[in-house]
Parts: sequence; C-alpha cells; structure tokens
Amino acid sequence: ASTLVVAEQIDGGKLAPVTLNALTAASQLKQDIDCVIFGADKTAETTTQLQKFNNSNIKKIFVAENVAFKGLLSEAVTPVLLDLQKKNNYTHILGGSSTFTKSILPRLAALLDVQPISDITKVVDKDQFIRFVYAGNAVLKLKSNDTVKIITVRGTAFEATKEGGGSGQANVEKLDSSVKNDLSEFVERQIQQSERPELPSARIIFSGGRALKSKENFKLLYDLADLFPGQATVGASRAAVDAGYCTNDLQIGQTGKIVAPDLYVAIGISGAIQHIAGMKDSKVIVAINKDGDAPIFAIADYGLVGDLFKVIPELNEKLKKK
Amino acid sequence: MAIRILVGVKRAIDYAVKVQVKTDKTGVVTEGVKHSMNPFDEIAVEEAIRLKEKKVAQEIIAVSCGPTQCQETLRTALALGADRAIHVEINGKDYETLQPLAISKLIAAVAKKESVDLVLLGKQAIDDDCNQTGQMVAGLLSWPQALFASKVDIKDKKAEVMREIDGGSETIRVKLPAVITTDLRLNQPRFANLPSIQKAKKKPMAKMSPSDLGVDIKPHQEYLSYEEPPKRQGGGRVSSVDELISKLKEKGLV
Repeated sequence: ASTLVVAEQIDGGKLAPVTLNALTAASQLKQDIDCVIFGADKTAETTTQLQKFNNSNIKKIFVAENVAFKGLLSEAVTPVLLDLQKKNNYTHILGGSSTFTKSILPRLAALLDVQPISDITKVVDKDQFIRFVYAGNAVLKLKSNDTVKIITVRGTAFEATKEGGGSGQANVEKLDSSVKNDLSEFVERQIQQSERPELPSARIIFSGGRALKSKENFKLLYDLADLFPGQATVGASRAAVDAGYCTNDLQIGQTGKIVAPDLYVAIGISGAIQHIAGMKDSKVIVAINKDGDAPIFAIADYGLVGDLFKVIPELNEKLKKK
Repeated sequence: MAIRILVGVKRAIDYAVKVQVKTDKTGVVTEGVKHSMNPFDEIAVEEAIRLKEKKVAQEIIAVSCGPTQCQETLRTALALGADRAIHVEINGKDYETLQPLAISKLIAAVAKKESVDLVLLGKQAIDDDCNQTGQMVAGLLSWPQALFASKVDIKDKKAEVMREIDGGSETIRVKLPAVITTDLRLNQPRFANLPSIQKAKKKPMAKMSPSDLGVDIKPHQEYLSYEEPPKRQGGGRVSSVDELISKLKEKGLV
C-alpha cells in the first residue's frame, strides 16, 4: 500500500506551500509516499525544493514536464494521473486544497469510479476522515469504502512538513508526458503581484468588511500590514469584495479562502456564518467594530468597540512607535 | 446554431439558517427548516438565462435530484426562465446517502440523453461544501471543464471563461460541449416576478428515476457521525487601543 501526493508547482517553479500540509496528512497514513509534479517548465526547480522534505517517507518523485501543462489544465493533467494510478495502484491520492487540486482530483475520481473526499481536517485512520460541512457548523466523520481514497487536504488543519536532515535524494523519475489535449487551451493568467505573503501562509491578517466604505479606505489595512513586512497581509469579507472594495482573491470564508493565522484582525466585519467558517481557527482573533452586538465579538479574543476610522489610524501610529 | 443548456439546481438548507446538529449525531436538523436553491446554482440559472437572452442559447433544461420538494426548486428555475425541468426522484434512505459521484452520473446521463452542449452548475453546494460535481460530470462525459467562472463568453462552439484561482484569475478556452461551474461574481441573479411564477406552473416537468437513466446510486461512503464544531471561547473585550496593543504584546504577536 502506498500514497501518491500531487505536488503543486506555482509561479516561477516554486513548490506551493499547501503541498507541505498535504505531505503531513499523507505521512499520518504511515505508508510509502510517491509524489508527482506537473509543469510546463522549471519542474527541476520544483523537484529540488520537494526533495528537501524526503524525511517524510517520499520514495519517488515523478515529474511530468510538457508545454501542454501550461496553466495546469485539468484535461491535460488528469489522463497522466490516471495512467500513474493504473500502473501503481495507490491506496490514497492526496493534494493540498487549492484551485488546482480541486479541479483535477474530482475529475480523476470520476474516471476511477471513486467518491472523492474534499478538504479533510483530520486523518482518523486509512479509511476514516473528518471534514467540515455546512460552512463549518457540523463536523462529519466519514468512512470511505473506495479502494483508492482521493482526498484534498485543508492546509490550515495540518502543520507544514519541515525540511528534513535526510539526504534529499528521493528517486526522480520522468514520466512519459506526451499529452494530447484539444479540449481546452490556456489563454492568460492575471495574478495579483504582491510583496506580501499569500493569505494561507500569512502570520497576521488584517481583514476588512463593508464598513470600510471604499476601495481607498482599504489602504488603511495595507498600511497596517506593511508594519510587518513578509508576515502580514490583507483579507476581506464577501461583503467587501461584492462592494468592489478589493479583489476577489482576498475573500475569506466558506466559499473563499480558509485561513488560520496567529493573529486575525477583523475590521468592520460583522461576522456572518460564512465568513467565520473561513477564519475561526485563527489562534488569536481581534474584532474592531462600531456595533458592540456584532456576532464577530462572540468569537473574538479581544473585541474593541469603536469607529474604525479613529481606531485604525491610532493603532497604526502606536504600532509604529512600538 | 444556438446551444442547449442543462443547468443543475440543488435544494439546500437556506444560507441564512443557523444549522443545528441532531442530538443523535446522525445528521443536521432539516425538518421545519427553510430550504432554497443553492446560491451558486441560482447564479448558474441566471447565466443560462442571459445566454438565452443573447440568443446564444435556444433552450434551458433544469435538473434536480432528490425528493418531491425538489420540484419547488425546479419551479423556481422555471419561473426564472428555464424552459423545462427534469426531476430525478430519490427518496428516503437513498436520498440521505446520495453522494456527489451518484449525482454526477445522473446529470451526465441526462446531459447525454438531452444532447446538450453545455452543463452549467454551481461550483459547490452550501450544505456538503464538496465542490466536486462539475468536475466529475466533465470527467464522466470526457468533456472539458471551466470551473469557478467569473465571466463566460460563448462563440464558435467555444467558451472563453475567466475563472477565479488562488491569487488572482485566469482565462481559458474550452470546446463545447463542456461543463462550466459558477463562482460568486459571475452575475447577480434576478428574482422571479408573479406572472412568471404563474407561467412556470404550466411549463413541462418530467419525472424519472435513477434506473430510468441506468445509473447506480449506491453510496461509496458511510457518514459515521455529525458533531457540533468545537466552540471557540470568545467574548473578551478591551476598552482602548493601548490595552489591545499591550495584550497582543504579552502574547508576542506584535
């Protein structure tokens, strides 16, 4: 019995951080791990980064490089994964939850007649897993009877695997990745360039809601984040995104990103169930809101009732002096 | 060469309801609880209607899998602008254990039977939060998939779709027939008005069973228990920015 982890390449050949959370979940299954990496180029760099984690039972890294993998289109990637599964009969196939794995793993599962398991937060044993349903209002324990379990792993629920002191030499094998895909084509990608960390890996998140009132006012949050270079970033509630105050990739909640930073500062966010689903596992939650009855206060460690347009500038000044 | 669209609508507990876990842990309380069309499916219906208004689509078929009450959800889709509906009836124990793989097989079978060019679905349902069905329908049909769409443009038997991804968005082009799943910002769904609700009562609704479609819906997973999530200890207050900063300093956070 062995496990396949679908490692994810992101911009510039980097290994996606969420792959390391998936490796932790995979190592809890206590069996050998193979990994597979897809990319249009720079897969050697991604492989080198992955090899640093060979302490987590990684036996082999399969690498599939082909221009057809540009944009990691599901129609190109899935057939290669299907072949790999048919050859090696893994009992578990895992990926860290991301738009990439959410796209390919259910598609792969359908081809194998498997009911996939989305966004697990706990591995109970080889067949049983825990995941949240109803926006985190219920915790479901399920048992899969499929011969291969196909799983996405919620990154915030598993620590990232740490670099090991091993030799860093898991076997690398190039896959025959001749791909024929005339179903779909990649056109372009618009990635928000930012010096700030990605939401799921930020230590501190300053998150804004509708009460910020405008796109310009969101700058108040960026100013706060910039007091913690490389550690802090900005998030938003769905209401703020819908109002056009910020781009949609900042949305935190049931249908946006799930985060669990050390410090989450909810500013002008009332605390709809759907938002709380995306941030309630943060280690410390601060709520700043004019309305002292806002539901966000019920889950906040430190609630401060006040006008954010007074509180935020004061907070900024005083944090700067510190 | 206008296209035919199959749009999936799921009946789910209304998004505004505070969901309660049953005391015997076998599920969540659904009796006497308001149900509505899954919000992402409303967006799918809206997009289908807009494609018809633009004369890109000629016919919209709505499909829902589940008990009799699903017909209400289908009537809503008809009132909004779908032309006809298909109710795949599944009741009792079969419905309780109905899983996305089985639903995907049913939708794929209907798509084939009706020879549609496009299946439009919500990206996820707000009850099981699985985010799987569109991908699986596409896989089963060997069709391309354009997921998490925030913009759809169809011409020359191709769909150009802007999709929301981690860190931004991207544009892909897929050949029809295809599956598209909707994200929140694709459109703003309309409400049905009274005359169209009346008119919807006369629109055709076909009923069929999984066996009519040749689909085996047996579950692949057992749901062992539902628990309340751990309660977060909150409610702490500070009275000033200074107090907040000193608390955060104590914890080594700032």
